[in-house]
Amino acid sequence: MLTVTDLSAGYGPVRALDGVSFTADRGRVTAVLGANGAGKTTLLRTISGLHRADRGSVELDGSRLDRVAAERMPALGLAHVPEGRGVITELTVEENLRLGGLGRAGRVDPADLERVYTLFPVLADRRAALAHVLSGGERQMLVIARALMARPTMLLLDEPSLGLAPRIVAQIFELLRGLVESESLSVLLVEQNARSALSIAHRGVVLNLGRVVADDDADVLAADDQLRHAYLGF
Amino acid sequence: MQQLLNTALGGLTLGMVYAAFALALVLIWRSTRIVNFAQAPMAMVTTFVALVVVDAGHSYWLAFAAALVSGLLLGAVVERLVVRPVEGGPEINAVILTLGLFIVLHALAAVVFGNRYRSFPAPFGVRGLEVGGTTIALTGFGVFTVLAVLVTMGLLLALFRYTDVGLRMRASAFNPEVARLLGVRVGRMLTLGWALASLVGSLAGLLIAGGSLVHPAYMDSVVVYGFVAAVLGGLDSPIGAVVGGLLLGVALSFVSGYVGSQLVALAALVILMLVLTLRPGGLFAQAAARRV
Repeated sequence: MLTVTDLSAGYGPVRALDGVSFTADRGRVTAVLGANGAGKTTLLRTISGLHRADRGSVELDGSRLDRVAAERMPALGLAHVPEGRGVITELTVEENLRLGGLGRAGRVDPADLERVYTLFPVLADRRAALAHVLSGGERQMLVIARALMARPTMLLLDEPSLGLAPRIVAQIFELLRGLVESESLSVLLVEQNARSALSIAHRGVVLNLGRVVADDDADVLAADDQLRHAYLGF
Repeated sequence: MQQLLNTALGGLTLGMVYAAFALALVLIWRSTRIVNFAQAPMAMVTTFVALVVVDAGHSYWLAFAAALVSGLLLGAVVERLVVRPVEGGPEINAVILTLGLFIVLHALAAVVFGNRYRSFPAPFGVRGLEVGGTTIALTGFGVFTVLAVLVTMGLLLALFRYTDVGLRMRASAFNPEVARLLGVRVGRMLTLGWALASLVGSLAGLLIAGGSLVHPAYMDSVVVYGFVAAVLGGLDSPIGAVVGGLLLGVALSFVSGYVGSQLVALAALVILMLVLTLRPGGLFAQAAARRV
């Protein structure tokens, strides 16, 4: 379980997060929703240690994550897939995956590779290809697979639907749903596309200008007309 | 015919050294986007370390090893103490710092080792080998030069391609933020990258010095040719640096042998201008721009 308490962070005088508190339960998908500039990406970057918090705390299954350096997160069970995919295009598909496995224990377990190749057969077919040649959807699968190589308990996903065709988005979300159910993986999913995010999320947190304006079950949020019109845009 | 062969062989040997030096520049450029102007004086300092070891009565090989190890250490120290503090700022700041380091190392070497020419030993003959009754322009030390650079490049390639550390280093160079998120200690990888680059630079310094004279400024022209070779191959490509070094060495050797040795520096600049005009990314430029 990820517990975020009173988290504040900013860029110089600009407050991007202002006292954000919520929890993301184990084996659940928690969607973080809101318009551009609501603080969603900053929230993920602050949780994973890429951005320094000014105040507040982050705990994963009881151990404190704030003040922990980003490069130690994989060993603590937290994986962050950044916005814009973060595929290292100059490396091959398998090298990207191996890199993910190295983060946890310093070496790659061949069983992990086999597991992600079974989950994502399209990657197995292109394991020796440079990641540069993959399509957008394949790249998204690669970064999710790469995150799984570290056997995370908590997966942070930033805008996985960005720039992808709706059919591909549905496919990736379906895969995520399967992973959450079969491996009791927890997912914190940041999305601008609130409608599709709420379709797989159990819970949703709505941010506006760095503050939490709603935090409820996904179906409750989806049914709230006022909230939808004000913050979610559908 | 014989002159043609000899010119080519001389160019090949020299080209190998340029290749090594260009490789040192490329290793640093592609991981930190810094052109390390201090590469030449760093290599010079380590050659003087070797000279100190030789003067103390030890063997050439011990001196050789001492120079490479001190190159490794010097690279790591420079990255930690000079480059790291300005990391995150504009890259030009670090480049200017390496220029400053160029001057500082020069001055220090002149103070510590003396501002004069000193002869540097070679482990193998520096006379042309005899093949079928005629002497060719390839010396025993020339053969050693070619082999040493080839072996070093092979080892580096294997390190980058086949080891976990190499994978981490490449990831840090290509995408430091993603590498961090995947648990790579990017700072350490950059230090290691500088150390390895500096080691390769030291090797180039030793190979140029062998059987010749060293002086605090003896590497300065090499930085120009090494840079031209690196640009020729595309600053991002280690293989390109090697090919660029060989091409440049052979081309300059022909200019020197058939046109006039005083035109060598000019020829290097003409080649640089031609490459920048016709193929600005270098001969081995990747199709896609990396920094979008």
